[in-house]
Amino acid sequence: MLLKRLSEAFGPSGQEQDVRAVLQEELNDYISEWKRDALGNLIAVKPASSGPRVMLAAHMDECGLMVTHVDGAGLLHFRKVGGLDDRVLVSKSVVVGKKRVAGVIGAKAIHLQKPQERTQVIPHNSLYIDIGAKSKEEALKMVNIGDYVVFDTKFGEFGTGMVKGKAFDDRAGCAVLAEVLKEDYSMPVYGAFTVQEEIGLRGAGVAAYAVDPDLAIVLEGTTCNDVSGADEHGYCTHLGGGPAITVMDASAISNKKMVAELVRLAEEHNIPYQFKRSITGGSDAGRINVSRDGVPVVVVSVPCRYIHSPVSVLQLSDFEHTIALVKLFLRSIEGGFRV
Amino acid sequence: MKELIKRLVEAYGPAGSEECVRNLIMEEVRPYVDEVQVDALGNLIAIKRGGSKKLMLSSHMDEIGVMVTHIDENGFLRFYNVGGLSPFSLIGNRCYFANGTVGVFGTEQLDAMKDLTMSKMFIDIGAASREEAAEKVRIGDTAAIKREFVDLGNRLVAKAMDDRIACAIQIEALKQVEKPVYDVYAVFSVQEEVGLRGARVAAFGITPDLGIAIDVTRTGDTPKSATMDVALGKGPTVKVRDSSVLCTPAVRHHMEEVAKANNIPYQLEVLERGGTDAGAIQLTKSGVPAGVMSIPCRYIHTASEMVDYRDVEHGVRFLVKLMETEYKG
Repeated sequence: MLLKRLSEAFGPSGQEQDVRAVLQEELNDYISEWKRDALGNLIAVKPASSGPRVMLAAHMDECGLMVTHVDGAGLLHFRKVGGLDDRVLVSKSVVVGKKRVAGVIGAKAIHLQKPQERTQVIPHNSLYIDIGAKSKEEALKMVNIGDYVVFDTKFGEFGTGMVKGKAFDDRAGCAVLAEVLKEDYSMPVYGAFTVQEEIGLRGAGVAAYAVDPDLAIVLEGTTCNDVSGADEHGYCTHLGGGPAITVMDASAISNKKMVAELVRLAEEHNIPYQFKRSITGGSDAGRINVSRDGVPVVVVSVPCRYIHSPVSVLQLSDFEHTIALVKLFLRSIEGGFRV
Repeated sequence: MKELIKRLVEAYGPAGSEECVRNLIMEEVRPYVDEVQVDALGNLIAIKRGGSKKLMLSSHMDEIGVMVTHIDENGFLRFYNVGGLSPFSLIGNRCYFANGTVGVFGTEQLDAMKDLTMSKMFIDIGAASREEAAEKVRIGDTAAIKREFVDLGNRLVAKAMDDRIACAIQIEALKQVEKPVYDVYAVFSVQEEVGLRGARVAAFGITPDLGIAIDVTRTGDTPKSATMDVALGKGPTVKVRDSSVLCTPAVRHHMEEVAKANNIPYQLEVLERGGTDAGAIQLTKSGVPAGVMSIPCRYIHTASEMVDYRDVEHGVRFLVKLMETEYKG
């Protein structure tokens, strides 16, 4: 399963090559022209001579950590790469550096904590990664300063039609995009697998400048909070409700006609859909929207619980429906689209 | 001109939903310009030819507002702000949607008023169920604050003076200017309130030699206000800086010279917080000299923004003279 391979790939912001390799291998038979730009964005080009130039974008990078110091005891100190919550870090298994060294984020066992320590979140700069080394020298044989770290999470299916794994934000979007690119369209389509979204939408900005699209669709794995303790109006999205269409977030306002067309198609073809009910957070759409003299954008997401953590959860039907809806949209604009 | 101002400020146009304002302005300026364009983000660009260099003006059409994020089973709407809006300013206010539906802002029971946040508020459109509400409003719809224009003589009060008063000035200046020394690209921009997005892409498309944004600015002339040397009735301002821009010094000096030469009263403006389209214009491509003329305005981002009509009239004259005077850098 492509989603499994993407989820398990090592790819924090700035180190997306494994994800890139998975995607290129998957799409090898379908894409004749690839572009790799200076920042590492991978752009699959499906050329055509007429119709609107469409850019589809999904980011390859995930949140992770970076080793900043190796201490005398051989323990690794680190900083965060992207928006990780300090509370999700403690006692997690991780993978470090190019040699994929196994590590554990350590913290004092409960027996040794003072009462007040038990009520506090341990800040990430007080945590360390234990790679089983007994000294600085031993550690430096396996890892180095600047090495990236990601969670060591195996992908798995569970429940009824549900999957769990790391980095569904935005490997779910990458998997949707890959499936969409396996079909041919009569207008030029540029599938941009972008870098460095989690640290500031950096890849998408330069990719959009190069592609110079007439319109763009951003594919995401987005927040979903349909769980115990949340008020219904705080769900943001819910599992099983189908692809989530963003009307507005902190980075961009989606083009109204593109939103309306997605809704029309979903209703006509009985595909469940929902609107994303929160305006916080940003996506690659923020940069693509203001590229050059402006690009109409819309964001379509697979709802994912627990993103920016070691393990997220999505419902496969939402994933499949997102693929179906995006394909329908592309078919519907083959003859042109007035935004 | 007050009649034009009234129509502009009462028009519906939260960020991302500027169509009504754009249509109104398009009808108004079309007879006075050589060409009118609408770009991919919805900016209206009115072009009046007069020279070889390009002057970009920018006034934003969008206003702050709210967006519906959820409709509950009893027909109440939950919402988020579109642009910088304080939840306290909404209490007792009404809003309206593009289709005319009016809503009232309500709050949950709170232990203390200081706990008020947008997520503890809702909009009541008089619907008794989710189904009834959904006939009038959908998730993702935006609403503007509902409040009528009031003429207090010298002082005018309305919602959306930010930045429709500048749209009015820009329209009036296009009507009055006889011989601009530039090709003037008068942009009525979108999505300023959510991050200067419209002006950014408009400037990329135009590649101006000089950019001037027209916006409102805060004042320091009300009881126990923050210190700021700008007051209503002392003329439009020449901006020095805000959070988005350090105005190009040569442009600022040029603007001051133009004001002095034409006996137009002006104030220097140092705005501590806030941004304008000039911030986006200045950083376009390899850089564009940029300045700002502001109209002093009290109670910005509330339902009752107040300006002085004499500042507005001076602003029109100032803008006409800026179009007629060559910037030498």
